[in-house]
Amino acid sequence: MAAVHGDAHGHGHDDHHPSGIMRWITTTNHKDIGTMYLWFSFAMFLVGGTLAMGIRAELYQPGIQILQPELFNQFTTLHGLIMVFGAIMPAFVGFANWQVPMMIGAPDMAFARMNNWSFWLLPVAATLLISSFFVPGGAAAGGWTFYPPLSTQGGLGVDLMIFAVHILGASSIMGSINIITTILNMRAPGMTLMKMPMFVWTWLITAYLLVLVMPVLAGVVTMLLTDRHFGTSFFNAAGGGDPVMFQHIFWFFGHPEVYIMILPSFGIVSEVIPTFSRKPLFGYSSMVYATASIAILSCVVWAHHMFTAGMPTVGQLFFMYATMLIAVPTAVKVFNWTATMWRGSMTFETPMLFSIGFIFLFVIGGFSGVICAIVPIDIQVQDTYYVIAHFHYVLVSGSLFALFAGAYYWIPKWTGHMYNETLGKWHFWLSMFFFNLTFFVQHFLGLAGMPRRIPDYNLQFADFNMISSIGAFGFGLTQLLFLYIMISCIRSGEKAPQKPWDGATTLEWTHLPCPAPYHSFEKPPIVK
Amino acid sequence: MVKNSLSANVLMMKKLLVFTLVMFIFGFALVPFYEKFCEVTGINNLLKPDVLVKDNWVDEGRWVVVEFDANTRGLPWSFKPLQTSARIHPGEPVDVMYEITNNSDREISGQAIPSYSPRFLDKHLKKFECFCFTKQVLKPNETRQMPVQFVIEPGLPTDIQTVTISYTFFELPAGTSAIKK
Repeated sequence: MAAVHGDAHGHGHDDHHPSGIMRWITTTNHKDIGTMYLWFSFAMFLVGGTLAMGIRAELYQPGIQILQPELFNQFTTLHGLIMVFGAIMPAFVGFANWQVPMMIGAPDMAFARMNNWSFWLLPVAATLLISSFFVPGGAAAGGWTFYPPLSTQGGLGVDLMIFAVHILGASSIMGSINIITTILNMRAPGMTLMKMPMFVWTWLITAYLLVLVMPVLAGVVTMLLTDRHFGTSFFNAAGGGDPVMFQHIFWFFGHPEVYIMILPSFGIVSEVIPTFSRKPLFGYSSMVYATASIAILSCVVWAHHMFTAGMPTVGQLFFMYATMLIAVPTAVKVFNWTATMWRGSMTFETPMLFSIGFIFLFVIGGFSGVICAIVPIDIQVQDTYYVIAHFHYVLVSGSLFALFAGAYYWIPKWTGHMYNETLGKWHFWLSMFFFNLTFFVQHFLGLAGMPRRIPDYNLQFADFNMISSIGAFGFGLTQLLFLYIMISCIRSGEKAPQKPWDGATTLEWTHLPCPAPYHSFEKPPIVK
Repeated sequence: MVKNSLSANVLMMKKLLVFTLVMFIFGFALVPFYEKFCEVTGINNLLKPDVLVKDNWVDEGRWVVVEFDANTRGLPWSFKPLQTSARIHPGEPVDVMYEITNNSDREISGQAIPSYSPRFLDKHLKKFECFCFTKQVLKPNETRQMPVQFVIEPGLPTDIQTVTISYTFFELPAGTSAIKK
């Protein structure tokens, strides 16, 4: 923690940083740590994606072909856990590490050493999660939400998962404390809160949500652990506990968690759209208030995940209306993005394509969310593929597309090289096509009653499942194209000018060259 | 704007760490809060005697079959109802006897937790007496017969012709008091 920006600078540290692997293990530089977060999350994205390919390969035809039911359940569980905690969340923290200091004119993150720790916890947790496949009894198989009694009865794999969640939670909390402190204390002179770029705002609010709910997750997995090994009965009916209470506590964390995964992507899209529309963001302050409203509302809607778990009607009505209310601030955002594009001088480079794709598909996912919020419909579609389709529309074409948009948008600043625009466009259109091929048909499967988390299905679902699997294989392969584009950009991309996007207005484009120097803004810029 | 002195940052970190700790404790505080909430609102009221409403009446126009089920989990007892089902009119009081036997040579205490099918039966089931309200302590090889007295209210939806009342006995560690909620 002592390594606040001033020290490193004062001792001329920058010229002597260790090389090779030790550079990465000991680094306290926000850009190095951001890079490690991004590579780590991409590696986890490939692991989680491989599990998804296994799931879709099994579901390609009815009957059991490749994965036995026990292993199939482990695949769905670990796919969810790895994608949520290993891929999407660390990727956003990677963006925060790279971008937050540069966008507010700070030299580094507030607690540089803690930043290093919060990254290096992640590979430990990932090792625990992945190695749980190889312990007796296999990995956790009770779904990524690890409801008891399945999670209290599972084998060693569940314990490994519990420890992994503890570690990931600690990492997230440390990262959030760092981000909040950096944003609140280290902005350049003249950068008032209401002048901050939208990406910084969304991350500030996300970080507060993280410190609010991550400790609750840590608490609930601790209860699970003591129920398993130390004779407590928090969730065990035999000892006077209540398994439904687990669902309440879990979703008290879990619902804000889904906004933790989407708010930073709102931020990225709010940077990209004004740049390529060559207009300032429409309704900036309403965007800030909408983000805050979504965050606050997200804390009082958790039981909409539990409409079929047993709840009085008045509770169902409250959670139904509160959930539907979230559509209002979300719509404010969508209208603001649309209004930003209205009569702008738009161009359609890859980041813009992914952002427009984001808006288009995220709105579909948002609408299916409102449909799921309606209690009588939810009782029908609970635990079906309709829900799977809904949350992949908001998490894949929502969070992931925004991450792609951000990666293409900022890669010139990070590496000093331009990516291949033609291949980038191919990446977008192939992702768009295969994503919809995979998940749109799952709406129909869900409405027809196909349940999730089951390796076999009735013959009537065969055609749509085959289409969905073909789409999934295509989507998976397309992401290898993204890897190729990024590597060839880093190695041999064309030299990027300081401001390759003429509409960009934030500090990292206006004040820093491409690539951004290892130490930037040691002297804070003056923001007017 | 630049308040980036080390002490300001450390102060901020301390505040956020305290907040994190408070939220961790809050997670555990949700447990008694949840139990209190269920108690006050009457949700999950399975282990307390009910009072019969004054305007109870017997719906002689229809029959409901009540099936009785008994299980044990993890303790060496045998447990069974003396009759497997009863055909009754809604609103009519029912008495059933259950029998438990301790098959081991040690003293064991246990408590039964009820479970109903259909799930919403608890809204229409009023229990006045039940062995599940208290803990049962059985000496080695002791056998005991215990009653359940209840009424299924006539408000039970008319499309329900069969209901099931099930009990599962769990072992209570020696010295623990009965579960009440």
